[in-house]
Amino acid sequence: MNDGKFQKRSVLLLLYIAFALLPIYWMVNMSFKTNEEILSSFSLFPQHFTWANYKTIFTDESWYSGYINSLIYVAINTVISITVALPAAYAFSRYSFLGDKHVFFWLLTNRMTPPAVFLLPFFQLYSTMGMMDTHIAVALAHLLFNVPLAVWILEGFMSGIPREIDETAYIDGYTFPRFFLTVFLPLIKAGVGVAAFFCFMFSWVELLLARTLTSVNAKPIVATMTRTVSASGMDWAVLAAAGTLTIVPGAIVIWFVRHYIAKGFAMGRV
Amino acid sequence: MNKPVNQKAWFLILPVFICVAFSAIVPLMTVVNYSVQDIISPERRVFVGTEWFASVMRDEDLHAALWNQLRFSLAVLAVEIPLGIGLALAMPAQGWKSSATLVIIALSLLIPWNVVGTIWQIFGRADIGLMGATLEKLGIEYSYTGNATQAWLTVLLMDVWHWTPLVALLCYAGLRSIPDAYYQAARIDGASKLAVFRYIQLPKMRGVLMIAVLLRFMDSFMIYTEPFVLTGGGPGNATTFLSQYLTQKAVGQFDLGPAAAFSLIYFLIILLFCFVLYNWMQRVGTADKEGVAE
Amino acid sequence: MARIDLDLAHSYKPNPKEDGDYALLPLKMSFVDGGAYALLGPSGCGKTTMLNIMSGLLVPSHGTVKFDGKDVTRATPQERNIAQVFQFPVIYDTMTVAENLAFPLKNRKVPEAQIKQRVGQIAEMLEMSHQLNLRAAGLAADQKQKISLGRGLVRPDVSAVLFDEPLTVIDPHLKWQLRRKLKQIHHELKLTLIYVTHDQVEALTFAEQVVVMTRGKAVQVGPAEALFERPAHTFVGHFIGSPGMNFLPVQMGASGLRIGDQALPATTRTLPMGDLKLGIRPEYLAIAAADDPNALPATVTQVQDIGTYILVNCRAGEHVMKVRLAPDAVVPAPGDAVRLQVLGEHTCFYKNEELVA
Repeated sequence: MNDGKFQKRSVLLLLYIAFALLPIYWMVNMSFKTNEEILSSFSLFPQHFTWANYKTIFTDESWYSGYINSLIYVAINTVISITVALPAAYAFSRYSFLGDKHVFFWLLTNRMTPPAVFLLPFFQLYSTMGMMDTHIAVALAHLLFNVPLAVWILEGFMSGIPREIDETAYIDGYTFPRFFLTVFLPLIKAGVGVAAFFCFMFSWVELLLARTLTSVNAKPIVATMTRTVSASGMDWAVLAAAGTLTIVPGAIVIWFVRHYIAKGFAMGRV
Repeated sequence: MNKPVNQKAWFLILPVFICVAFSAIVPLMTVVNYSVQDIISPERRVFVGTEWFASVMRDEDLHAALWNQLRFSLAVLAVEIPLGIGLALAMPAQGWKSSATLVIIALSLLIPWNVVGTIWQIFGRADIGLMGATLEKLGIEYSYTGNATQAWLTVLLMDVWHWTPLVALLCYAGLRSIPDAYYQAARIDGASKLAVFRYIQLPKMRGVLMIAVLLRFMDSFMIYTEPFVLTGGGPGNATTFLSQYLTQKAVGQFDLGPAAAFSLIYFLIILLFCFVLYNWMQRVGTADKEGVAE
Repeated sequence: MARIDLDLAHSYKPNPKEDGDYALLPLKMSFVDGGAYALLGPSGCGKTTMLNIMSGLLVPSHGTVKFDGKDVTRATPQERNIAQVFQFPVIYDTMTVAENLAFPLKNRKVPEAQIKQRVGQIAEMLEMSHQLNLRAAGLAADQKQKISLGRGLVRPDVSAVLFDEPLTVIDPHLKWQLRRKLKQIHHELKLTLIYVTHDQVEALTFAEQVVVMTRGKAVQVGPAEALFERPAHTFVGHFIGSPGMNFLPVQMGASGLRIGDQALPATTRTLPMGDLKLGIRPEYLAIAAADDPNALPATVTQVQDIGTYILVNCRAGEHVMKVRLAPDAVVPAPGDAVRLQVLGEHTCFYKNEELVA
């Protein structure tokens, strides 16, 4: 191992981590201040440290229910996205069939329109189906952009596995489900981890559709956070606290999938 | 690798197809419908064919927004892709350091986009923001509300901060998928670190890089919330990108017809770029796979 | 080309106390310059660990590795100048076949003309001369393995070529072609070749000497005939041969050899007292005359025509014995009572799994 190169890499990494954390640190800093303090002075630490902002969030039902609602539809969406994407990605990766290249690219085209364009049609669609203000509505709507992404990522990782492994398993007498679950999936762990995290993330932060399709029961946290403008102006402090709290579920998710992402491909003894 | 033909594979695709078609085709039809009509009122609609398309294309504001957007997306790609790759290479591969780094890197992706804009709003202010204050202490005159170039660069910096981790995570996962044997063989062959990057790591990351490039291009081309919250599109229209232009047209002037027409054009522009990028990257990949003689 | 001497043990635990803690139990072994060796054993027996220690990808926790007398225990694979072929083809996707083969030489800054010549030479030996300008990524698995091998051979001073189950992903009908090619190369270049496999056919056809390993221990080193005729360990008897050796528990007492209640005729061999195992290969187990009092009574349970031979499964009390007969021999029918002659010059006796007579 060349030590010189090693140092350079660590330095780059540390620099980036500092860059990544500074705005977040500033946000956390703000979350422990009052609005007056934020707007009037500059300080690296809160001069009048306060838990009030977090208290507001935890006690005001519209705030904490927002988190729960978001978690619900994001979880539903992630599970559905990955579940339907896995067989599809396998098909794209292993087989050639009528229209395969076109369908594959078509999937991605669904991410190419600004979501604003879908607002009205979705609104009409879900109203007609009586599914307004439900978690499932948002979960289904988000499939539009998450499923193509999941298929894309998974297909990429699946194509990296040599087909000989499939064939060896069949020769050894594995049925397709058993092969897929016990042999194949572990080999594409990194892809599944990344795909799952991205589905979670994109669904979690999506604002337009989530806000349009919900009103009270399923109102997500992202929507609640946009109404922080009151008569006295923007409620920076509470917004900062809410922002800090929104990071937590995602951080937990990536913590859970970290082994999937980091382990990657380990060619076992065949 | 030649894939066997198997039409039954359509059964595996069906769930995906249904989910996405359900979400996509109906709305798309609606948009196409609107784009060729003049909706004077809910009861009175007149078919106008391609009139909206023509007028939208002639709009000067559109040209400015489009040009601005192109420069922005290209800048985003130019910075985020190499930076993401470099980051992925620098991130530890295992142990507690790898877990910690993964979590820290991912944080910026998890913040709702309007909050991102809000944070940077404060962050960049000379009076109460860390970055603004630091720049001022360094003697640099910085104002993202007053100076057009600085506003544009701030939006770029914000985007880099926000989205580079996406590229890094994809590349990192891709790197972890390279079997150890390749690195071992490279050691045995006496390859330098640069050679390892050029001949092993970069080619094996091609798949994830393509996803990263297309995703970042698309998403940056449609960027709306963050710049809108940070600068509102200003000063002037320095940071007015295409999405905001579209929203202004649709919401501000409540003109569904032209807005729908523009949505389609918007979609087609992105489609065209992505199609070209996609095919180009595929061709590079396929040439390898099919053993094309030089 | 080099002579490799191993005097080592390897454990992944810092303070190994018992046998189970070791990945490789203490061993001392030499591989002569220019020899073809196979490391044979089931999964997890430590053969890949040994290979990686020899190549330098792994440093043994105890002991030394010497190349031509020089201590290389901590030297890198590059410094040892070895070549390794892995289980699946490892090639540089973006390069042509020629560029792949040239790569190790390029990294050593060998002059261009020399590279070209050497690459041409090796390509010809591997029968890939007409494919030199094709992109390596587009070729079939067996061709790719040849390229992997070629990259190892292209260095004229390569000390040894190590193979880690290289035929695993090759189609069965191409395997024998590659094996033949390997033998050819060994004959021409006289390199030290060390081949790891769990397939005894590969090992026995390829190697001059086979190291049979199980659970971190090298139980026997020898040519194919020795492993077949006089397995030093019951594991070798069981692992080598198709099917493996038959084993019967016997006792050696003051009155002679006994199997359970039955006494066996006296044998000229000196046997230690106590419980022993009698080992006899199906090829050497003979069906005796029906009334031979010295032979073991058994009942035939199954007769299988394998094609090149006939396999007769018998039951002697609670023990299963297999007999291998030539296709034209007289074959008993299932249910028949037969007598098996277990004693003969090919019979081996084992005490505590090790050969004693």
